[in-house]
Amino acid sequence: MDERPVSPALKLLAFLMFAFLLAPLIVVVPISFSGDSYMMFPPSSWSVKWYPAIFLDGKMTAAFWTSLLLACAVTVLCLVIALPAAFALVRLRPRGAEALSSLFTAPLLLPTIVLGLAILIVFARYGLLATFPGLVAAHLVVTLPYALRVLATALSTLPIAVEEAASTLGASPFTVFRRITLPMMKSGLIGTTALCFLVSFDEVVLSLFMTGPRIQTLPVAMYHHVEQQADPLVAALSVLLVVLTLLVVLVVDRTSGLAKTFVK
Amino acid sequence: MPAAVAKPRRNGLALVIALIAPIALVNAFGFLAPVLNLARMSFYEVEPTGTMREAFSLATWGKVIADTFYAELIVNSITVSLGITLLTLICSYPIALYLHRSSGTWRTILLVLVISPLLTSAVVRTYGWIAILSENGLVNNLVSGLGLERLRLMFNKTGVVIGLTEILMPYMILALLAGFGRLDPRVEEAASTLGAPPFTIFRRIILPLTMPGIALGCLLCFVLAVSSFITPKLLGGGRVFLLATEIYDQAIVTLNWPLAASLSILVLVIFGAALVLYTRALRAIL
Repeated sequence: MDERPVSPALKLLAFLMFAFLLAPLIVVVPISFSGDSYMMFPPSSWSVKWYPAIFLDGKMTAAFWTSLLLACAVTVLCLVIALPAAFALVRLRPRGAEALSSLFTAPLLLPTIVLGLAILIVFARYGLLATFPGLVAAHLVVTLPYALRVLATALSTLPIAVEEAASTLGASPFTVFRRITLPMMKSGLIGTTALCFLVSFDEVVLSLFMTGPRIQTLPVAMYHHVEQQADPLVAALSVLLVVLTLLVVLVVDRTSGLAKTFVK
Repeated sequence: MPAAVAKPRRNGLALVIALIAPIALVNAFGFLAPVLNLARMSFYEVEPTGTMREAFSLATWGKVIADTFYAELIVNSITVSLGITLLTLICSYPIALYLHRSSGTWRTILLVLVISPLLTSAVVRTYGWIAILSENGLVNNLVSGLGLERLRLMFNKTGVVIGLTEILMPYMILALLAGFGRLDPRVEEAASTLGAPPFTIFRRIILPLTMPGIALGCLLCFVLAVSSFITPKLLGGGRVFLLATEIYDQAIVTLNWPLAASLSILVLVIFGAALVLYTRALRAIL
């Protein structure tokens, strides 16, 4: 390796900054085991009472199921909608493919607060506010661009020779896609699934505009809870969510290499 | 390009349209129509009773431009976001440089540590900052344990700046890393062999070579800081007024949609200005 050794000063600085970066995530763990009825750090006594308290909180459990169902619906729809689009743009290469893919990924350029407001105004007209279909549609607007981008990258890096060989040997285009292309882009599909699920499950700004007293997602319920009272309940819930996220990340990393999805 | 790829497809256009139709529909209904509608909405009339009327009026825009409250809001948003961007850069640079120089499993572990906050909800991370900065939080209990007076670190700009800096760090680190590819260890070694002290190497070689990454990271963080509102809302406690929090309040609490719409368009104008500055800066660097 022709890399320069890392100086101790840089090591120390990087370590300090890592501590700063991870501090809010780390601090949540001891608080979740607090025995106090309000938040203080360090806690004056310890207990595990906040973990069962999550499951007894009707609002949080309802919001959790809404979020889970929403994230699943959004992920499935994302794959169903983005996969054909990615195939069309990368493999069939129609005129204006570049312009189309920038149009389809444009929602990511817009700040979610502006997008949220814009969607709120239009969806209010169609009675879609605070409804499940409305939430699905709003989430699709921000998850589809990610799905399209990851799937298009996965498709364009596949060796086309294998598909051509199958096609030459007489397989129909659909068979080639189903038997050759789809299995080969497995890691791209897994990455897309995880990304769409996490983006939808964590999405809070759009959801804040779209939810009401009738329907709430988990991040929105947590936001309102923290706004009113910052008790250790949210800490316990946060620990569970971080564990869930880490599980998803680990599974994806094992199957397709998470680092590769983010840094080339 | 191999000939087989370029071969014309049978009934190609119909197939392409069929495959693209669903995503185009979502895009049109959930993005294009709402955004165009938003621009139109900023010209609606608001009657004193608060009801909104379809019209072509410049009243809302006049209010946004003439009222000093909004001028202050804009200046405040921009200066706070610039401060956050600078702090994010200072905090992220050592991590990115260290990551760039590490390798193997250790590098993967560090990368996962950088990315995992990105995958955690902003609500969770802001809650963590409340635990650290609040009246009964980590810092204040340490400070009072030392016999000093408790600090006000929340419900003011300080809290918002600290929280957002940390929340935006992963974006900055990834942007810096993407730009660090130009850093050739042999150039640094050559400078070192020729007797340059470490700080000179950093100032004269590392910093200029990593400028494109710095510019990209700063653009990204500035844009995200201007438009973020979960953290300013929770750590600012309604006492820090920024464009994004005002848009939310006008949209959800006051229900003055034309005003919210014109403030949103202002955010987009600030975005555009940042983008122009970025391309200028990039041209000056390269």
